[in-house]
Amino acid sequence: MPRLSYRRALTRALADEMTRDESVVVLGEDIRVAAANVTTGLLKKFGPERVRDTPLSEQAFTSFATGAALAGARPVVEFQIPSLLFLVFEQIVNHAHKFPLMTGGQCAVPVTYVVPGSGSRTGWAGQHSDHPYALFAHVGVTTVVPATPADAYGLLVSAIRCDDPVVVFAPAGALDLREDVTDPAPVPLGRGVVRRSGDDVTVVAVGHLVHDALAVAEELSGQASVEVFDPRTLYPFDFDGLVDSVSRTGRLVVVDDGNRSCGIAGEIIATVVERVRLVAPPRRVTRPDGAVLPFAPALDRAVQPGRDQLTAAIQLTLKDG
Amino acid sequence: MTGSDPVRLYRTVRLIRRFEERAIELVDAGEIVGGIHPYLGQEGIAAGVCAALAADDLVTGTHRGHGHVLAKGADPARMLAELCGRVTGLNQGRGGSMHAADFGVGVLGANAIVGAAGAILTGAVWERRRRGADVVGATFFGDGAVNEGMLLEAFNLAALWRVPVLFVCENNGYATTMPVAGAVAGTIAGRAEAFGMPATAVDGQDPESVRAATAAAVARMRAGGGPELIEAHTYRFDAHHTFEHRVRLDYRPPEEVAEGRSRDPVVIQGARLAPAVRAEVDAAVEAVLDAAVDFALAGPHPDPATALDHLYASGLTARNGGG
Ligand SMILES: Cc1ncc(C[n+]2csc(CCOP(=O)(O)OP(=O)(O)O)c2C)c(N)n1
Repeated sequence: MPRLSYRRALTRALADEMTRDESVVVLGEDIRVAAANVTTGLLKKFGPERVRDTPLSEQAFTSFATGAALAGARPVVEFQIPSLLFLVFEQIVNHAHKFPLMTGGQCAVPVTYVVPGSGSRTGWAGQHSDHPYALFAHVGVTTVVPATPADAYGLLVSAIRCDDPVVVFAPAGALDLREDVTDPAPVPLGRGVVRRSGDDVTVVAVGHLVHDALAVAEELSGQASVEVFDPRTLYPFDFDGLVDSVSRTGRLVVVDDGNRSCGIAGEIIATVVERVRLVAPPRRVTRPDGAVLPFAPALDRAVQPGRDQLTAAIQLTLKDG
Repeated sequence: MTGSDPVRLYRTVRLIRRFEERAIELVDAGEIVGGIHPYLGQEGIAAGVCAALAADDLVTGTHRGHGHVLAKGADPARMLAELCGRVTGLNQGRGGSMHAADFGVGVLGANAIVGAAGAILTGAVWERRRRGADVVGATFFGDGAVNEGMLLEAFNLAALWRVPVLFVCENNGYATTMPVAGAVAGTIAGRAEAFGMPATAVDGQDPESVRAATAAAVARMRAGGGPELIEAHTYRFDAHHTFEHRVRLDYRPPEEVAEGRSRDPVVIQGARLAPAVRAEVDAAVEAVLDAAVDFALAGPHPDPATALDHLYASGLTARNGGG
């Protein structure tokens, strides 16, 4: 079976959609030479009118994409670092996201924002290591965090085809993954998936943490039967799928590489306890409140949610009830 | 379309003037909630610019945007209904005064974030042209907006990629209460020139001058000349926003206001018409606005159960906040 890397999955999704639909254009910094190793080969195949290297003008090119979308394009904007999303939050939230409603449905803004290398990239420190997906989920912008190469392909394809703005966070911690994929296919937005079945506790893991959760579940397999739920899309969230799982296991642990306060883990827990009577208090493993990733590798690791914390949280939850 | 048509130009400035005056009455009557940013005194700019554009050319504007939307051809009745928050409005009551949009006539929206509309228009014109349409665009902004980095980034993109966008600065001397002299280092034209864009200064109180300058710029842009800037000198006759009718803000000397009001685009353009023609246009505009007020006030208010409609173009539904 052919091995597909996460990065190539993104490239392939872009190329396939550009081939399928003339209105798909790609914008971003240094994408001609594929500096982030995602837009490789696209310039040669599609030409400079569809693969636009931009000046360092994140705010302008993000709103330029909004305007192009209003005129019929389906732009994909690649951001070199996740923290740039703070610069363009205004352009995405105040304009792209609000236009359809404010105009009374006169338009759609089908822009896809791709962030290849979100979260810690070890050694890149405070301004390059954010993982701000919860902000977009809070605002209501469709937000996806694929964990695997097949999902990276399938969710990016669906994002490009979606008539709304969609932010695709490709976690740095997942970019080097490879898997056997014979026939990459679109993955529906808003649909989670059970990555491993279990009876005792449901672990919700976001993005690259899915792989940590699977490893921990395997380690604990003698003591407990752990179900791992990968939401894939954080907004809209597949709460029906998750409630299904938690209704069976009765226990919930969430692991998420966002900051704790007002993070997505809090929302997941709140929604589940509104709908399901748990047998033990739910727990979450996240970055600390208001975290900024410190530079030194040991500190960087200390701030990110880790396997030990997840193991401990699962064990406590099992002990509690 | 781009030749001078003094009657049509007069009709547009008169329509915007009376629309604004009627809208202010509706603000005072409590029918327009949230007030408006009156365009009184600045009508010559929207009218002159839009008179030099074709029907499928694109426009984006500002919080002070009624004039831009009307001049491009939106229906005054549906526009007024929008200001009154009715489902019969241009935006089905979802946008209001600061977001009035009519994609059918090329108005991609009034935008209430200062400096935001330029890059959006640049992208829209670029895409239309990529699809083979020979369109240009005009984006309106105030003197306050020239200090927003976003707009300067848009200048750069438009100039670099030679997107035919006319950047129209409505220099009314104030950003809310901040005078230009206290806010703008260098000059507004200088900002354009720094990006290699031609900049023309024009008397915004004279609709014909604005139209002529725009027509010349549009001709150069259609010939492949890239974006340009027009700085239209104007004066805002009324408040920054109608809230000022209630609070007293002391920032414009009375002599300056009197002097500013003495150069009225409606009077200046009206003087170019025979009195009988002018009276005929005035009566026609009045009839349109009487009907617009009736239409606006007769429109149903939106059903609160539909408050989340149009949030997602893809049909996604959001969870409600209650329960
Ligand atoms: C980015 C931004 N900053 C501040 C405001 C609040 N605000 C609304 S209008 C305005 C003044 C704008 O002045 P100018 O650009 O000269 O336009 P004018 O009101 O004179 O037409 C301000 C500060 C805003 N809407 N957006």
